[in-house]
Amino acid sequence: MANAFDSTLLFMQSLHHKGHSLYEIQVIRELSGLILTRGPKLCNFVDWRGLRVVYKRYASLYFCMCIDQDDNELEILEIIHHYVEVLDRYFGSVCELDLIYNFHKAYFILDELLLAGELQESSKKTVARLVAGQDSLVETAKEQASAISNIIAHATKKVMNPLAIAF
Amino acid sequence: MHGMRGLSVFISDIRNCQNKEQERLRIDKELGNVRNRFKNEKGLTPYEKKKYVWKMLYIFMLGYDVDFGHMEAVSLISAPKYPEKQVGYIVTSCLLNENHDFLRLAINTVRNDIIGRNETFQCLALTMVGNIGGREFAESLAPDVQKLLLSSSCRPLVRKKAALCLLRLYRKNPDVVNVDGWADRMAQLLDERDLGVLTSSMSLLVALVSNNHEAYWSCLPKCVKILDRLARNQDVPQEYTYYGIPSPWLQVKTMRALQYFPTIEDPYTRRTLFEVLQRILMGTDVVKNVNKNNASHAVLFEALALVMHLDAEKEMMSQCVALLGKFIAVREPNIRYLGLENMTRMLMVTDVQDIIKRHQAQIITSLKDPDVSIRRRALDLLYGMCDVTNAKDIVEELLQYLSSADFTMREELSLKAAILAEKFAPDLSWYVDVILQLIDKAGDFISDDIWFRVVQFVTNNDDLQPYAAAKVKEYIDKPAVHETMVKVSAYILGEYSHLLARRPGCSPKEIFSILHEKLPTVSTTTIPILLSAYAKILMHTQPPDQELQSQIWAIFNKYESCIDAEIQQRAVEYLALCQKGAALTDILAEMPKFPERKSSLIKRAEYSEADTAEQSAIKLRAQQQTSNALVVTDQIPANGATSPVSVGQLSLVKVPSLVTTENDTSTDRALSQQNGASSKVDPQPPSADLLSDILGPLAIEGPPGATVQSEHNAVSGLEGDSDAVDGSAIVVVEEQTNTVQPIGNIDERFRALCLKDSGVLYEDPYIQIGIKAEWRGHHGRLVLFLGNKNTAPLISVQAIILPPAQLKVELSLVPDTIPPRAQVQCPLEVVNLRPSRDVAVLDFSYKFGTNMVNVKLRLPAVLNKFLQPIQVSAEEFFPQWRSLSGPPLKLQEVVRGVRPMPLPEMANLLSSFHIMICPGLDPNPNNLVASTTFYSESTRAMLCLVRIETDPADRTQLRMTLSSGDPTLTFELKEFIKEQLISIPTAPRSPAPSAAPPTAQPSPQIPPNDPAAILAGLLS
Repeated sequence: MANAFDSTLLFMQSLHHKGHSLYEIQVIRELSGLILTRGPKLCNFVDWRGLRVVYKRYASLYFCMCIDQDDNELEILEIIHHYVEVLDRYFGSVCELDLIYNFHKAYFILDELLLAGELQESSKKTVARLVAGQDSLVETAKEQASAISNIIAHATKKVMNPLAIAF
Repeated sequence: MHGMRGLSVFISDIRNCQNKEQERLRIDKELGNVRNRFKNEKGLTPYEKKKYVWKMLYIFMLGYDVDFGHMEAVSLISAPKYPEKQVGYIVTSCLLNENHDFLRLAINTVRNDIIGRNETFQCLALTMVGNIGGREFAESLAPDVQKLLLSSSCRPLVRKKAALCLLRLYRKNPDVVNVDGWADRMAQLLDERDLGVLTSSMSLLVALVSNNHEAYWSCLPKCVKILDRLARNQDVPQEYTYYGIPSPWLQVKTMRALQYFPTIEDPYTRRTLFEVLQRILMGTDVVKNVNKNNASHAVLFEALALVMHLDAEKEMMSQCVALLGKFIAVREPNIRYLGLENMTRMLMVTDVQDIIKRHQAQIITSLKDPDVSIRRRALDLLYGMCDVTNAKDIVEELLQYLSSADFTMREELSLKAAILAEKFAPDLSWYVDVILQLIDKAGDFISDDIWFRVVQFVTNNDDLQPYAAAKVKEYIDKPAVHETMVKVSAYILGEYSHLLARRPGCSPKEIFSILHEKLPTVSTTTIPILLSAYAKILMHTQPPDQELQSQIWAIFNKYESCIDAEIQQRAVEYLALCQKGAALTDILAEMPKFPERKSSLIKRAEYSEADTAEQSAIKLRAQQQTSNALVVTDQIPANGATSPVSVGQLSLVKVPSLVTTENDTSTDRALSQQNGASSKVDPQPPSADLLSDILGPLAIEGPPGATVQSEHNAVSGLEGDSDAVDGSAIVVVEEQTNTVQPIGNIDERFRALCLKDSGVLYEDPYIQIGIKAEWRGHHGRLVLFLGNKNTAPLISVQAIILPPAQLKVELSLVPDTIPPRAQVQCPLEVVNLRPSRDVAVLDFSYKFGTNMVNVKLRLPAVLNKFLQPIQVSAEEFFPQWRSLSGPPLKLQEVVRGVRPMPLPEMANLLSSFHIMICPGLDPNPNNLVASTTFYSESTRAMLCLVRIETDPADRTQLRMTLSSGDPTLTFELKEFIKEQLISIPTAPRSPAPSAAPPTAQPSPQIPPNDPAAILAGLLS
């Protein structure tokens, strides 16, 4: 994922090429240069270092995936769109800021969608359900933690400052 | 949404930075802060740790180095609670790559999570391994991941991750699925109801069959069934349809998997599949919704690829071309792009070439498309579809396009134009025209090979010489000429301008002054070529022209003290030679003809074809992978000829000192050969010798050491044999023999075929030889499948069987030519006359271009093929065993150096050779008794009995007793089994037996203190 104005926002697992991590800033700069300069009415595919990059622009955000030259380009293009739809459903009309401030969420969702560079789940409903499940696990853990600290705080307060209760 | 306030504040801070400098300051501050907090880790709450790790990841994403904190990220993986663990796993997968040392520390935790009962932990662990797992993970985790995938109690969310995780591990180490019965389990996985799991499993299957489809035939009908179900939208849950299309991704993957199976034989399956394909081809309409359109066309293009692969009937093929023809003219750029790309793929099916040609005009239009991606595809396609009939048009177009083309494409474009001009030139003068135009229009992008090649052509074709000389003179007359043009003109005018002497403006003096005008403008690498040209012009000037002579001598004089050693040397040498008078004529005589050899350009092109156009062809995937290993010096990247590589290529050849000397002396040799003087050795570094560079590209063609011989002695390379294939590389440039490397190990293939009846006997980048055999008694019927993997024919195909004395082999006629991409079947009848272990050899050769390939392949018509297992009862066994009481019908031998193996394994080994174990006949559990029937014309069906006594204390030795009604058979079979048992191939064989005559085989003489003798004593 790259931003048309800032240099880079996210370049994630989508840049795994057949499981080789391409997460290098150099790579990202090179690719941004290649893709961001392309006009709006061109096709969504670019050759790059013997590989092929499939990209799609959503407002100011670019989503890219790197594939082999004999992979099915359109299929990949729709994986990107599928991801964006899932993000949209999760954030409720997703915008760039959502992704910037919740980049970890974007990772969680991507991990439910793609693995080893291959599509893992094509049902948006299932992905949403799984991510919601993870969220609630985190919530529960947090509640438990705060419950415990409340009890502790309570207990301490009682001991340390009995007057406080009177208020 | 559970936010993390500190993180949000930090992100805001970064976003509020006015410039890069501020951002860097803010980040440095944060990194310092995080580093400090990590130092006194004790005070950190899990929440804080999580927050800092996220910050690190964010900083990393912005492109800053984060060289600490990896340990903290990894340590979160072992946190007991989900939130921390989740962060640990994700940040680790982002920050660390598979070779990172810290990952090793995590393997145990990861494994515990995978085998633990908590499925959310399992998912996290599988995700990380699936994204960054390396070899070590593959080795230690694969069985556990397999278990999860196959487990019936695991839920789909775990199993789909397990499938893809296994895929990742398989890519790292293919042995992870080397498990008995894996193929069956894979087939079972295809019955999966959950489409998420099925999609993931299908990706795994694609990877597996792409390496080896043989094991997975049982998956084929299931794939067709899945595809049929999807295409009919039967039983597909709503949530798995995408814009109304039943999981387009699964459809694509399934069709991809099917493309790795060479054919579909079962008529029912085939029919079902073709119905589905037909429906996809006909039923895909262009719709308004972009995503629906993309998805349906993703399916359509995959269907096209599958149809092409299946090489369907002509009607369906032309339907495909028609569709593609429609696509390349649509407005939607993606479809246009893919239309062009798939047409290029389709070219492999040669008989559609004519239909594709109908779209030539449209394709040429695409060469001017505003989108460079599309222009590239158009160029690939034009290049691929070019033949004699349209070469002129296409090359003209390419030349025209050259002046406006993107800089990034020019070199590729000019290389392709040069190759097409050479390959399909209707006449050579046209070829010269094209190359000169190329140099003129895009001199900077013309690699040296291109002008070297035109020089070769001109040198070798007398008729062409005056034409070329006149032509280059026209070009060099122009005011601003590219340096490459100066080089080629100087060379050609030096050699051949005397042929023009009678034309106006072409006197030696005039030619000289035209050339000399350029001298101040050229670099030091060109000056030596000019000097050589002067010397030659001077020599050709008859009668001698005093004025010209003094002019040229003055130049030589001037350069005698040139700082550039190469120039200096030329000047000194030419000056000295000029003063030798008549000798000059001999020494500077016309360059000898170049040996006819394959264009290095075309070779380059073949390589890049394999990498670009043909790579996409599913059929060629395997070939493409290995073509990298062809000849080191031929390596060219996919998109052709980038100059740094060309340079590397040249230097690759020149580095070996042997070659260097040869190259350097080439000029001198040309000089000295004429007058018989021994060649001088030029001490210069190779790159300086420009004339010899003309030989440079030729040297590229062969592996370094080989070029040397070829320069002088045009040894015919026809005699190369399979040994050369194995790497000894006796390569002769003229008829290059066996520069072609086989794919896979020939020995292993042979050994595998000794045990099974069909498989690949030999494969190289051009041909695949498969074999299928049926054995009945002493008769065998084999079919050789000769498959041409290229888009060009294989010619001079010859197959000769060298049968051993015991076999009668009849090979039906092998055609001389194998058409492009065709497979030829050659039946082979074998009759076994008598027992022997000798092996028949197939002497196979073919030519591809000027590449002569010759291999000698052992045919798997070996002794065990004429064995048939037979179960013998105790009542039958013992009378027979006793009646064959001693040598030569019953032989006994103590075999040492046996590959240690457990008894059941030995039993398996024997049964794999059709020797059947008869359990229960020998009361000693350490012994094996087995029987088999051998068939040959002389022996007819003959029962053979085997007894093997092993010593559990020493598995490296055993005693073997063999009996049959025929002494030769007894001996041969004993030797055969022994060969299989002893540790092959390097282990010391037990001495003597194979040298001894079969019938007079004595029992081995064992000294009394030999342990084997003691063993023997115990056993008897």
